[in-house]
Amino acid sequence: MGLEAKLQNEGFITSTIDALVGWARESSVWPMPMGISCCAIEMMATAGPKYDISRFGSEVMRFTPRQCDVMLVAGTVTYKMAHVVRKIYDQMPDPKWVIAMGVCTSTGGMYRSYPVVQGIDNFLPVDIYLAGCPPRPDNLLHALMKIQEKIKNTKAREFQDIPLLEPVKINGN
Amino acid sequence: MERLTKDDVHPSIVKALLDQETNVTFEDALENEMILNMGPQHPATHGVLRVLLRLDGETVVAAVPELGYLHRGYEKMAENMSYYEYLPHTDRLDYIAPPANNTAFSLAVEKLYGIEAPPRAQWIRMIMSELSRMTSHLVAIGALAMDVGALTVFLWALREREKILNTYDIICGARFTTSYTRIGGVAADMPDEAVRMIKEFLDQFDDKLEEMENMLNTNRIFVERLEGVGVMSREDAISLGATGPTLRGSGVEHDIRRASPYMYYDQVDFNIPVYNEGDSLARYFVRVDELRESVKIIYQCLDRMPKGDIMANSPKKVLPRKTEIYTKMEELIHDFMIINFGVKPPVGEVYHSVENPKGELGFYIVSKGEGHPWKMKIKSPSFSNLQTLGHLVKGHMISDVVAIIGSIDPVMGEADK
Amino acid sequence: MEIKEKLEKLLTEQFPGTSFEITEFRDEVTLKFNRSVVVPVCEFLKNNSELEYNQCVDVTAIDWAKKKNRFTVVYHLFSIKNKNRLRVSCDLEEHEPHINTVSSVWKSANWYERETWDMYGIKFDGHPDLRRMYMSEEFEYHPLRKEYPLMGIPGDQPLPKK
Repeated sequence: MGLEAKLQNEGFITSTIDALVGWARESSVWPMPMGISCCAIEMMATAGPKYDISRFGSEVMRFTPRQCDVMLVAGTVTYKMAHVVRKIYDQMPDPKWVIAMGVCTSTGGMYRSYPVVQGIDNFLPVDIYLAGCPPRPDNLLHALMKIQEKIKNTKAREFQDIPLLEPVKINGN
Repeated sequence: MERLTKDDVHPSIVKALLDQETNVTFEDALENEMILNMGPQHPATHGVLRVLLRLDGETVVAAVPELGYLHRGYEKMAENMSYYEYLPHTDRLDYIAPPANNTAFSLAVEKLYGIEAPPRAQWIRMIMSELSRMTSHLVAIGALAMDVGALTVFLWALREREKILNTYDIICGARFTTSYTRIGGVAADMPDEAVRMIKEFLDQFDDKLEEMENMLNTNRIFVERLEGVGVMSREDAISLGATGPTLRGSGVEHDIRRASPYMYYDQVDFNIPVYNEGDSLARYFVRVDELRESVKIIYQCLDRMPKGDIMANSPKKVLPRKTEIYTKMEELIHDFMIINFGVKPPVGEVYHSVENPKGELGFYIVSKGEGHPWKMKIKSPSFSNLQTLGHLVKGHMISDVVAIIGSIDPVMGEADK
Repeated sequence: MEIKEKLEKLLTEQFPGTSFEITEFRDEVTLKFNRSVVVPVCEFLKNNSELEYNQCVDVTAIDWAKKKNRFTVVYHLFSIKNKNRLRVSCDLEEHEPHINTVSSVWKSANWYERETWDMYGIKFDGHPDLRRMYMSEEFEYHPLRKEYPLMGIPGDQPLPKK
């Protein structure tokens, strides 16, 4: 019951551009592995053979921000590091998403201390907050699925600076 | 690639980099020496290490490591919480080998309190420490191989590591940050299921390690990228404060498990692998040999582990069991006092160090007789080993820097604290 | 011979007129003396053939939060040959605490002293490269001093703009 079967019967399928683009985007989310501390090791484990992140189309970990769609901030962000994280986020092309992996990234967590930023949402927009210290690889995969859902439902137009077309009124109707 | 501007590098770092009058410029790289920024976000710096390299063509003239991107204020936090509260924080120091850190901290505090864990707990701690040494060395070898271009071994190493983490899961309910030891013992007894799993893992591990070795040791690219790269003499290793495999790769036979034995390391039979070459390849070989020694130690521990208590019998200093807290008045009071006010140790200062996978991990605790330490200093092995980096990379190519960082295997969690 | 007696004998022979305080707690020996002789004593501890403390394992400081002798600098030494440890400490006053560097004796003390400067603001005279270790150079405080609050002072470290 694949695409071929459907096409054989009817010869065509209908869809919206948004749905098509969303479908294409969601299945090849390239992560930017912003591995900072402990969570980075679990991120490595997720990429490893047992959990195998490539099942979700995200095995292409690129260490240059220019080729990435979603930033995985894995680990405690300190004030000194915050500038680096922000700089890398700014270099990523739109559309982009951010996963705050682990509690210390999300809220500061167990680090109630002077050098630690109490949550990266102080300087970054965050799409997913992932609990756990560190989260297990299954949790990260869950987060990835959630972000795929989110990506699927975004309108392609939202990321472009094109103004919405005014509905045209036709005289007499 | 973005060009480094003067604002990106603090003047004091530039000053440290230029130890003499040179014509380093930020503008024209071909005419003069230049400065290259590496990290803190770089796939091969193992975390958030930043290294500034002064280059003449492709040759490194000087290197200044810049730390602190993961400084989390551990020592300040220790002064503000009780000894029991601090235990989970030790997991996140060397986050590739959490149980070894737990053990080190518990031993230091036990030394201050003047108590000792019962034999079964000590043997369990030894097993956990050696298992974590294996996870750490596996990741170190895999990451080193990946840095010089062999991705397969990294995946194989992670597969083996995953088996150890499954065992952790059975023993203490967490696969990564275990917080398994307690002051005066361990949190839970080791179940027979776990013993069976460990044995099963060890039985098949030798073959897998051999497989990895066959892949790497006969690989010309791997060997030639490490041989003779980052050579450190015996004298330099001692005076620069190198520790762990980095020290033993330079021909110094020093292992704290042998020099000042803690737990029951004086009762088990194992060798200390030492290589005299002092290069990156020697450090790799030390790690591989240590993996074999760890297997040997764990087999002995499993054979000799007695049955019995897992927590010391010292009601005012050691947390009581949860079941007893709910049923007995006295235990409830002790639990309340220990959790709320901490255990009051004698006034004094202790330093206790253990041989962690990366080297000597020491805790220096100054007590004023209060429930929390007055001062705690963590002597972290990665910090000491990173100090040798500037010395090691001198005169090598840029691509060798990656191999050298991989071979000294720093973990920024404990280097930055 | 017990390490404590041996130290006492050797040091009084070598440095007559200097007072040394040797204490022991949990089998660990601490040697305490005036900060003015730190370099010669450390050189002696390293080069003496009977002691041979050839590795400096750690340098740190303690803030006692009191008026007189507020800081104590602590050195942890280890002898690879004899396999024993020694703790060396010197008291410093509160106002502009400073002490001579031992990085000329042990190269490893270089970074440890930088860390101590960063955390406590103790100057090491003659240090080749006394920069901050962890905090950024613009940071004004020394965080491990007791008057610095755990959560920091609001606004003492900048955040990037949102």
